[in-house]
Amino acid sequence: MEKMSRVTTALGGSTLTGRTMHCHLDAPANAISVCRDAAQVVVAGRSIFKIYSIEEEQFVEKLNLRVGRKPSLNLSCADVVWHQMDENLLATAATNGVVVTWNLGRPSRNKQDQLFTEHKRTVNKVCFHPTEAHVLLSGSQDGFMKCFDLRRKDSVSTFSGQSESVRDVQFSIRDYFTFASTFENGNVQLWDIRRPDRCERMFTAHNGPVFCCDWHPEDRGWLATGGRDKMVKVWDMTTHRAKEMHCVQTIASVARVKWRPECRHHLATCSMMVDHNIYVWDVRRPFVPAAMFEEHRDVTTGIAWRHPHDPSFLLSGSKDSSLCQHLFRDASQPVERANPEGLCYGLFGDLAFAAKESLVAAESGRKPYPGDRRHPMFFKRKLDPAEPFAGLASSALSVFEMEPGGGGMGWFVDTAERYALTGRPLAELCDHNAKVARELGRNQVAQTWTMLRIIYCSPGLVPSANLNHSVGKGSSCGLPLMNSFNLKDMAPGLGSETRLDRGKGDARSDTALLDSSATLITNEDNEETEGSDVPTDYLLGDAEGEEDELYLLDPEHAHPEEPEYVLPQEAFPLRHEIVDTPPGPEHLQDKADSPHVSGSEADATSLAPMDSSFSLLSVSHALYDSRLPPDFFSVLVRDMLRFYAEQGDVQMAVSVLIVLGERVRKDIDEQTQEHWYTSYIDLLQRFRLWNVSNEVVKLSTSRAISCLNQASTTLHVNCSHCKRPMSSRGWVCDRCHRCASMCAVCHHVVKGLFVWCQGCSHGGHLQHIMKWLEGSSHCPAGCGHLCEYS
Amino acid sequence: MSPVYFSQKLICVQWEELGIRIPRPLGHGPSRFIPEKEILQVGNEDAQMHALFADSFAALGRLDNITLVMVFHPQYLESFLKTQHYLLQMDGPLPLHYRHYIGIMAAARHQCSYLVNLHVNDFLHVGGDPKWLNGLENAPQKLQNLGELNKVLAHRPWLITKEHIEVSSKGLLKAEEHSWSLAELVHAVVLLTHYHSLASFTFGCGISPEIHCDGGHTFRPPSVSNYCICDITNGNHSVDEMQVNSAGNVSVSDSFFEVEALMEKMRQLQECRDEEEASQEEMASRFEIEKRESMFVFSSDDEEVTPARDVSRHFEDTSYGYKDFSRHGMHVPTFRVQDYCWEDHGYSLVNRLYPDVGQLIDEKFHIAYNLTYNTMAMHKDVDTSMLRRAIWNYIHCMFGIRYDDYDYGEINQLLDRSFKVYIKTVVCTPEKVTKRMYDSFWRQFKHSEKVHVNLLLIEARMQAELLYALRAITRYMT
Repeated sequence: MEKMSRVTTALGGSTLTGRTMHCHLDAPANAISVCRDAAQVVVAGRSIFKIYSIEEEQFVEKLNLRVGRKPSLNLSCADVVWHQMDENLLATAATNGVVVTWNLGRPSRNKQDQLFTEHKRTVNKVCFHPTEAHVLLSGSQDGFMKCFDLRRKDSVSTFSGQSESVRDVQFSIRDYFTFASTFENGNVQLWDIRRPDRCERMFTAHNGPVFCCDWHPEDRGWLATGGRDKMVKVWDMTTHRAKEMHCVQTIASVARVKWRPECRHHLATCSMMVDHNIYVWDVRRPFVPAAMFEEHRDVTTGIAWRHPHDPSFLLSGSKDSSLCQHLFRDASQPVERANPEGLCYGLFGDLAFAAKESLVAAESGRKPYPGDRRHPMFFKRKLDPAEPFAGLASSALSVFEMEPGGGGMGWFVDTAERYALTGRPLAELCDHNAKVARELGRNQVAQTWTMLRIIYCSPGLVPSANLNHSVGKGSSCGLPLMNSFNLKDMAPGLGSETRLDRGKGDARSDTALLDSSATLITNEDNEETEGSDVPTDYLLGDAEGEEDELYLLDPEHAHPEEPEYVLPQEAFPLRHEIVDTPPGPEHLQDKADSPHVSGSEADATSLAPMDSSFSLLSVSHALYDSRLPPDFFSVLVRDMLRFYAEQGDVQMAVSVLIVLGERVRKDIDEQTQEHWYTSYIDLLQRFRLWNVSNEVVKLSTSRAISCLNQASTTLHVNCSHCKRPMSSRGWVCDRCHRCASMCAVCHHVVKGLFVWCQGCSHGGHLQHIMKWLEGSSHCPAGCGHLCEYS
Repeated sequence: MSPVYFSQKLICVQWEELGIRIPRPLGHGPSRFIPEKEILQVGNEDAQMHALFADSFAALGRLDNITLVMVFHPQYLESFLKTQHYLLQMDGPLPLHYRHYIGIMAAARHQCSYLVNLHVNDFLHVGGDPKWLNGLENAPQKLQNLGELNKVLAHRPWLITKEHIEVSSKGLLKAEEHSWSLAELVHAVVLLTHYHSLASFTFGCGISPEIHCDGGHTFRPPSVSNYCICDITNGNHSVDEMQVNSAGNVSVSDSFFEVEALMEKMRQLQECRDEEEASQEEMASRFEIEKRESMFVFSSDDEEVTPARDVSRHFEDTSYGYKDFSRHGMHVPTFRVQDYCWEDHGYSLVNRLYPDVGQLIDEKFHIAYNLTYNTMAMHKDVDTSMLRRAIWNYIHCMFGIRYDDYDYGEINQLLDRSFKVYIKTVVCTPEKVTKRMYDSFWRQFKHSEKVHVNLLLIEARMQAELLYALRAITRYMT
């Protein structure tokens, strides 16, 4: 309680003082109302009806109005209201449908004044006229509103809502004759008290019951309504049609709404269920409550501002049997706890950043965002004018744009569309994808695909007998092969034949990424390679390109020259693009185009041709036979996928994952896979690549992902005649009883696949249209349009 | 008879010649209480009904007898099917086989073998473990935990407390394996109440077993008295017809006055409502009297229905029922609807924890409560709202739910004893409903009106159970 402050406000002579405090009631409260002098409050409920005076330190019970031996249902109050003109006059609405007035001026213990038993069902709300002393209005579950003159014994007039139960009635504060009523079916009606025959205006305000409404104390014609649909809406009733001015979305159905005095845009709400807090909203800022009171332990059922001109005192009653006075100063303010910064990446790499203006201003002198070294980005800063939001929050939004040409996501879209993920043998998939990547200028990726192909492709095709060809070599070359992935470990002098093709492949891919020192080493390597191992280097082109055919050859019977004939063309452009490629190999490959003048001349001249080719083959076999089971590489492949994913190229990670399937899946934990999949699918969907995204979903093996395209599989259609949604069936409209989709060819209703021309919007059964357009290019409906079917 | 039916018959005959045993339906039409000719024949329905049938068939893969009886009231049926479809097949926190298993548990509480059989099939169809069907003790602990709630909810919903919710969602915070989340719990509660009340409907309208289920067919050769292939043209319901006619003839004068008297009472109540005002004490005591009396309203022929072996294994403690409560004369505490009602509180809670279902159930309640054709037996343009409200409030009264703004004296005026017996039996011990009870109330009314009454009964029952369960959940949450 230390933090609770004391507030004193002077209001035209009278002074309000107090602190945040609460007192225990004997029973749950249903409603509260404050006396005109702001010194007393009445609490009413099913089994409580008491008046408390609001002292400086505490509530003091003044009067118990619930007298008599037997508790009567007339005393079971659904609502209570204190007259704002007459301090002695109260009215209650009873759950059994009785409206009771109370006169505190009566000398006897029983203050009950009048009893109106006209309503047949529970009365939900009573309301005194703000200026007339004797006019009382009631709204009941039976759908009627009744206006009583307290000088008479029965109602003056009855208003029939013609719809469901009345939940709230409120006299307009400004317009003498007007009152608003809200209904269980979501309607709000405006009535003139002199005209009980029909309402002046009716509109649907909410989806489901409207529990409450409140007229703005100053702004004429502003009405706030709250409903079961968890919304608070502010309506401008001065215009011809009620116009929704503001809408606040709360987290639970809204039971009460009360405008805050002296604060034009503030209103307090409490909820009917689940949520126990009272919120004060600024309607212009509908997402974060301006203030929040968290004292109650059960739902708040009644709220009232203590004085019509003092915005700092709020009284509340609750189902937890307590009465509270809240001080605005002690309210918790969710805004303060909210994170005021927002950051969002656009689809094409743009970056938007919103923050408090003060924060941005303080840092305005700082340097621009340092771009990524590898993918340099150039940010331009545009400052949007800060939103003018009077004193509440001012924030600045900065948008950083990608410099045109600095990057772009075109490659992503292209890659996504052109990659083949399934349906062909692994080798072809890899080749295809490598080709795609190469054509898009992504050599590193292309290289990766090629390597994957080498690692995983068809070891089974090599007859096991061939293994013995190079057992010795195989065992010796296995290690350098692995080492070559770690460029830095690689001693420049490792002149093994097999080392180099791996080394080169890797060096090349790494040069793009690693710093210059690594590149240096690579260069050395390459030079080394060039000098010593020309034949193997030439073999490299072979191995990467058309291994399959190479493996298929039985080395025993293979024609020595065959490998050269099958040299693939596609391997070469790759090489040309490598920046660091030393001139030697390039030269070599140029030569390799002509089969017999192959690079072997450089070195192999010393060897017999037979031997040379034999060694070539054995080397290649060594490569594959000793390739170690593909499992051996799985760690590397996994690291590679991780690397790509961390680089932000989740596309590569997911594509490889799908293409390799079982081969790597087990090495990567489910969660990571799921994470990659969701990220990739999210990206695809943001680029509107629905088909690709769906294919990825379909191909994924993770349960969580594959169920994604099983949700919301319904397609909603509207009737082509009345434009209403067709709820029950897709081919006949319930409203106009017409069949919506007729086939232009057979003139029958289409109940399955419907295809139509985007140009003339005629269409029909898929089969029929296909058939028709084979024979004719004109629309089958005879409209003369030249339809296209693709 | 539809052509399909004929062709089926023909095929059957051919098979029979080959010596294959062909099951033949035992019952006459979808309901044992309602003569088959009164019920809409498939093939004669109008467009709207046809659409409903199509939807039902698409969703369930069958056109069950419940649908065929409910189609008396297509507006309600549509809402009913939509809700049921959503509960069983659409997005929801519980896995599909759990939903059917809960349906089985709920129906088994009332020994409703019809629903149990249907859902055993569905349960297996969606991949449920057949072992579970050997009894609740073979189901996962999680479902076993629901057993107690199911029991209390079916027979004494007023006893549900926060503790029941705590038990069944025990370990909610500990993230235990067998614990229920609140969303799952609400889904389960909605399913339980749905199937409890559907069991009431099944017995209340005497729904015949489906042909593919136990008790729905026989392999015995057709006897003369039973359905015979050769007398398709004669109509097989001649026997029934005679019975109905004779019953009708005997009491026709009687029951005519019955309707007249009821209408007269309604008129009187309408007129003198404003004049005569009972005191508060009087009103309160009327409620208490009605509540107390409702406990003793039971048919005299209290014959024991032996639960089918098949069904009883799904629940324990078969002795626990509404009956022993009434024998002990236990006191039912009063539940004030003004303090916790469906529209304000229940709806919000359900919709919060199980989105969209609140809306669907709300619509269903509304349609059931407001459904009227402004007819009563042979009279037209009758405002039946008073009668409907009396039936609705009587059911809630049996569950101790009180409307402050209702004069329970009206119930006594409008509902006669045989009707009360029927209501009471259908709602509390549906397995004991007999054709005699069905026939003996409102003798002059049409069958569609009796089905209408049943709709009111099941919806009021469902709302009552839901109110108690949801109030307990609300208390648990606060």
